[in-house]
Amino acid sequence: MKHLRPTGLVAVAALAVLAIVVAVVAGSATAKTSGTTLTISNWDAYTPKDLIPKFEKATGIKVKLAKHTTNEDIMGKLEAQNGGGYDIVFVSGPFAESLKKRGWAARLDQTQIPNRKNLYPAASRLAYDLGNKYSMPYTWGTTGLCWRSDLTKTPTSWNDLLKPSADLKGKTTMLATDRWLMLPALKVLGYSINTVNPAQLKKAAALLKETKKTLLAYDDTTFYSKLVSGEARLVQAWDGWCNYGIGENPKIKFKIPKEGSDVFVDSMVVLEKSKNKEAAHKFLDWVLRADSGKAVTELVLYKTPNAVAMAQVKKSLGKQYPNLLIPPKLLLTFETERDLGKAQPLWSRTVSEIVG
Amino acid sequence: MRRGRLRSTALVSPALLWWAGLLVLPVGLVLAYSFFQRGTYGGVVYDWTFDNYRRAFDSLYLSVLWFSLRVAVEATVISLLIGYPVALFVATRPARWRTVLLVLIILPFWTSLLIRTYAWIVLLNDQGLINRVLRGSGLVDEPVRLLYNEFAIVIGMVSTYLPLMVLPIYAALERLGPELAEASADLGANAWKRLWTVMVPLTLPGIAAGCIFVFVPTLGNFLIPDLLGGGRRQMVGNLIQGQFLKARDWPFGATLAVSLIAMLLVLVLVQSWLARRGADGEAAPNAV
Amino acid sequence: MRSRAGDLGLGAVFVGALVFLYLPIAVLVGLSFNESGLPTAWGGFSTKWYSELARDEEIKSAAMATLTVALAATAVSVLIGTPLAFGLARLRSRLLDGLVFVPMIIPDIVLAIALLSGFNLVFTQKLGLQLGLWSVVLAHATFGIAFVAIVVSTRLAHFDHSTVEASLDLGANESRTFFHVTLPQIAPGVIAGALIVFTLSVDEFVIAYFTAGIEITLPIKIYSMVRFGVTPVVNALATVVLGVSIALVLASMRLRGRQAAS
Repeated sequence: MKHLRPTGLVAVAALAVLAIVVAVVAGSATAKTSGTTLTISNWDAYTPKDLIPKFEKATGIKVKLAKHTTNEDIMGKLEAQNGGGYDIVFVSGPFAESLKKRGWAARLDQTQIPNRKNLYPAASRLAYDLGNKYSMPYTWGTTGLCWRSDLTKTPTSWNDLLKPSADLKGKTTMLATDRWLMLPALKVLGYSINTVNPAQLKKAAALLKETKKTLLAYDDTTFYSKLVSGEARLVQAWDGWCNYGIGENPKIKFKIPKEGSDVFVDSMVVLEKSKNKEAAHKFLDWVLRADSGKAVTELVLYKTPNAVAMAQVKKSLGKQYPNLLIPPKLLLTFETERDLGKAQPLWSRTVSEIVG
Repeated sequence: MRRGRLRSTALVSPALLWWAGLLVLPVGLVLAYSFFQRGTYGGVVYDWTFDNYRRAFDSLYLSVLWFSLRVAVEATVISLLIGYPVALFVATRPARWRTVLLVLIILPFWTSLLIRTYAWIVLLNDQGLINRVLRGSGLVDEPVRLLYNEFAIVIGMVSTYLPLMVLPIYAALERLGPELAEASADLGANAWKRLWTVMVPLTLPGIAAGCIFVFVPTLGNFLIPDLLGGGRRQMVGNLIQGQFLKARDWPFGATLAVSLIAMLLVLVLVQSWLARRGADGEAAPNAV
Repeated sequence: MRSRAGDLGLGAVFVGALVFLYLPIAVLVGLSFNESGLPTAWGGFSTKWYSELARDEEIKSAAMATLTVALAATAVSVLIGTPLAFGLARLRSRLLDGLVFVPMIIPDIVLAIALLSGFNLVFTQKLGLQLGLWSVVLAHATFGIAFVAIVVSTRLAHFDHSTVEASLDLGANESRTFFHVTLPQIAPGVIAGALIVFTLSVDEFVIAYFTAGIEITLPIKIYSMVRFGVTPVVNALATVVLGVSIALVLASMRLRGRQAAS
């Protein structure tokens, strides 16, 4: 006969674990907090470490920071929760516009955000939210070419990526997210980055299908390490990300191609269903302080639209990371991504056809 | 007899009730979106339509499906060819070793899939270990492209889902206990015959379960095609997820999901019919 | 008498499989000692990632959260899935046998969104409950039950009922028979099913992300690190997990050895 003891152990273990379940349920469900708590969702390692503790200390408002991996993930969660569940979410421009159109973004009370005076004037002219009525910009930047200057010559045009020379074949990557995957082709063809014209999308798609044959991979996250290792020599990159490569290997350089590019913005949105709007405004105001903006740039190596902060950072970081010095005036000559509305499925399908 | 029915009902009720509330109802509602339309900025507009199903029958989606099925079949077959002997080995060891060996097989899976996939990228790329071995041993002159293609995806899938093949087969084999050890003791031409005519039919439910446990998740995996495939080929998982999250087209995502579920349901029902047939065809409960 | 050839053959496949499975493990353990944060450049030996791991409260609490969820989900799955397997064996319905697979064939994102929508409506809005680790347990158990039931069913497929009959004939009551005759025979199936559910839960991202409210499990933390680079802190954590698990396994072997000897 087999041992009898194991079955007793199993029963005990099961009971113990059930106890855990009960504890977990009890713990989570009765999470009563005294005072206000703000629930915020942001990308991981995108908030300076000190920012929230200092805010909590100064205002007495507690903050619970949740994480999201991509814009699409947090938007999916908001959709399933019908716009609820958070007080503030950090999302990129077109998604902020989408939240506004769905009625899920709260109209901001500008008088509660005095630190907005720190922003560049250009930061109030972003097409997805003119006047920052429903969002406040957090970081911004542009998309361009990032390359190993010791392995290949300086590129000038998006075509250097789209139709690479022989030495670059199989050593290039493009961004995988639909808005940025299409961008180089749209710019080269002279179209708007927000075009919903099926004929234009088709032409761009044809160009990109050809490019795919010479591409190493579509990569949103590890393209800079591919540059550092030499697996790739020329990649499409967001400027801030290129800085991570530059930090590892100073031979890496960044450039905006002659056809131009975009200005992308990560922004903060207060949700309409939030019950703590006043506290949320305080948080936005805190983030727009000069010292907050400086900490953000030092952490993520992106530009912030905070003029006062950027002035402080230019000296310390500008030399090593030249793209931090790109003037807002130049950025605003580019288009910014808008929500595509009804055309979003068409875009997704176009990209699906390219990627296969 | 009636008491028997009552007993059976009591045994299956907790699970069925659980699934009624936590599976059928919520998932059914989401899948029902397939008959409605996408709002301008996402969300669902409750205008009845069959358009989504018309859209689904499109060469683009069919080619993604075909590629996914191919990869899934490759991964399943390879996992079976490796997994059955592995399960057999573990099942024929002395009892006190078995759980240890199983845990050894499963241990890698208690690390994050993401970093394991990054590790595969390090191993498979042109300067990686495998290419170095190939070149060092003189088998090839140029680095072999092992990454960002179907090969890498299949390797990734097998290395991810192998234990899901091993465990159910082990569970089925282990039951055969001492008879198994005896069979493996006398190995030669006879053994192969014994393997095919006795062991495999008896472990068919385990094999079928293992195959489904590998086949289904392989179809739905989006991480491995993105990282190991270099985003160069989509699979069904990427597609459906993309509809819900990127295109924010829940109705169409639901449509694709319904199509996939319907296909897999047929597969699974066929499998269970075959497996049950194997069990029913047995002479007596205590044969062997 | 006992031919070694076949045994060796099996052993060779087993070792080959282990090599295949542990190659990436060896790489990621090695990288946990890499001075450079990038997987493609070796910057020298360093234990800095382990120090960082020790200081990183968030990763540690995420790891504990994941362990809790996995254990709870496994327990629930076993407690509901095992009777389900027995019921299915008695009912002998091919349809039901097939339908047990349904939770597995629902795409992750669909289950995730469906559960979040449902939880939000019922628990959050009607009952005012915050979603958290408990809702992840509910979600994981939803597919976990299926895995356990299926694996235990493979054991029951050729279950030897004569042992049960013998036990009852000898005077044992039903409960005793179940715990002392039936359960030991299906135990390997239960253990195998439990291992599967535990393993799946420990690294599950999509469903956990959508149903965890603002709680953070380890996969959520790790996948969210992707944006700015997954640092070798994660490798260090994985190495620690492996080390602890191996230590536990060795300890249990010692224990078993002593039990067997006594």
